[in-house]
Amino acid sequence: MATATATPTRHTAEPAVRKRPYDWGQFRTYISAAIILIWCLAPFYWMIVTAFRDVGYTFDNTPFFNHVSLDNFRTVFDESLGNHFGLNLVNSLFVAAVTTIVALVVGVFAAYALARLNFRFKFAVMGFILGASMFPGVALVTPLFQLFTNIGWMGTYQALIIPNISFVLPLTVYTLTSFFREMPWELEESARIDGCTQGQAFRKVILPLAAPATFTTAILAFIAAWNEFLIASQLSNDATRTVTVAIAYFAGAQAHQEPYTAVMAAGTIVTIPLVILVLVFQRKIVAGLTAGAVK
Amino acid sequence: MSTELQKPQTAVTAPSGHRMPGRESADRKQVTQGRWAYTLLTPTLVLLAVVIIYPVVNAIIMSFQKDSGLDPATGFFSEGGPAGVDNYTHWILQQCGGAACPPGTLGAQFWNSMATTFFFTIVTVALETVLGFWMAVIMARTFRGRSLIRAAVLVPWAIPTAVTAKLWFFIFAFEGIANKLFNTQILWTGSEWPAKWAIVISDVWKTTPFMALLILAGLQLIPDEVYEAAKVDGASAWQRFTQITLPLVKPALMVAILFRVLDALRMYDLPAIMTAGANNTSTLSILVVDQIRQGFNTAAALSTITFIVIFLVAFIFVRFLGANAVAAAGTGKAK
Repeated sequence: MATATATPTRHTAEPAVRKRPYDWGQFRTYISAAIILIWCLAPFYWMIVTAFRDVGYTFDNTPFFNHVSLDNFRTVFDESLGNHFGLNLVNSLFVAAVTTIVALVVGVFAAYALARLNFRFKFAVMGFILGASMFPGVALVTPLFQLFTNIGWMGTYQALIIPNISFVLPLTVYTLTSFFREMPWELEESARIDGCTQGQAFRKVILPLAAPATFTTAILAFIAAWNEFLIASQLSNDATRTVTVAIAYFAGAQAHQEPYTAVMAAGTIVTIPLVILVLVFQRKIVAGLTAGAVK
Repeated sequence: MSTELQKPQTAVTAPSGHRMPGRESADRKQVTQGRWAYTLLTPTLVLLAVVIIYPVVNAIIMSFQKDSGLDPATGFFSEGGPAGVDNYTHWILQQCGGAACPPGTLGAQFWNSMATTFFFTIVTVALETVLGFWMAVIMARTFRGRSLIRAAVLVPWAIPTAVTAKLWFFIFAFEGIANKLFNTQILWTGSEWPAKWAIVISDVWKTTPFMALLILAGLQLIPDEVYEAAKVDGASAWQRFTQITLPLVKPALMVAILFRVLDALRMYDLPAIMTAGANNTSTLSILVVDQIRQGFNTAAALSTITFIVIFLVAFIFVRFLGANAVAAAGTGKAK
């Protein structure tokens, strides 16, 4: 439809006739765009509306803010109900941060090698790393459950971080490799001609250049680790429980009654920082998500 | 890539006439580069070996061991020890100690879970592909507020699946907004097919944006001139879509579908939280997790089966569809 804007220059004779299909096409685009917008945001909006709604009006179903109350947020952090959401947040933050840092520190070297160097079995190594990222988490949970039980690691932080690395590290290597392939490597050549070794060229020229790509990858890795549920639900305990697990098994004021509004409040707390992060770094995240797929 | 860049260098440094030393130094460079590459790769490969290969090998070994504990079929205490392929036949033939597993036990659920897993995979990926393609085509157009749409599609993607599950669980509550909106009285998570569709809809909401963005990236690689030329030649919009867009976007589309299929086959979070696997919504992953506390070794056999199923699907995909995608990419570039 975009091309329609260019055509009137060629058909200068009858602008009125040319204008009609253009408007109709653009109109349809806006309708479609509105549908996408509503489909993507309405459930998210509904979560926030419910989070601020008094628990007595859980099923009020009015599509805008009414019976506004902050009680749900108090319930979320109410230790007397058995909720330790503050602790859960700290746990998630810690597990996701350590996973991200380990994956980045280790993965950046592998990505450099895969993007820049020629070596035997490169294809096989790339295939192994890609395969690892598609690996079903459930195939790890069983052996690790037994292993961690035997060595007394159940419910420790390392019991959550180690399996997380199994899917965050391949994701990191994969994304970074695609980013590195796109970088202006002529600068590395110039540095080497100026007398830098390959290692120096890497540290002094490439690493600063790679910082934005690394940062984007860090966001993707962090989101992946933060959103993890399966492993955390099996290998954590009360002290190390992460937010995703806590939200799934939330306790409300009344036993045997699903605390919908409080859960929506907890979901809002967990989601808002991610949404802000995603909106601020929108372009970079889209580039990172799609980096490997189209090349 | 870098060898191509280095070739001229060696050609310059090696005096003409001494061809052998020149080739030797190129070989040496290749060797040092290879060594350097593996030095850089070692931490990643070691770490992945520890967190993936070790547990998987461990699981395979476990899967050939008996679980100690009371045998539900015989009532006798079983000591453990080698089990042969009993754990596998337990699942695949649904045999519990020589007889068919009684209904209701986990052993009787294997083929149901398999069917459910494939149902979710096929239905969600099909819906996500169609919807994602449509979204991508819209997002590829130029219009005011395009960046708003591109930002909006990232919102479902960024929300943790556990939160997504709870959010749609609330939307699909009996007195919830879905029933209100459509004026229905469906117990969404209370019976088989409504529960399955509730899970499908949640998954489609959550993951269509990812699909759309991958397809959009593929669409953006198609140069506008190709469309212009087709228009000049009098191709209709439908012809342009089927003759240009589809074949050229196919490689990106195939990668996106492969990612999603493998992801859907290991689906756990949504059904586990929305229905806990009740009403025949239990996937293979849920069955494994349910089995863990009843016996590691039997669970290990099931997780190995799950792994093999996913591996086979990936293999078939790459072997048959991937080959086509590569060919399409080749012709796309050639044209």
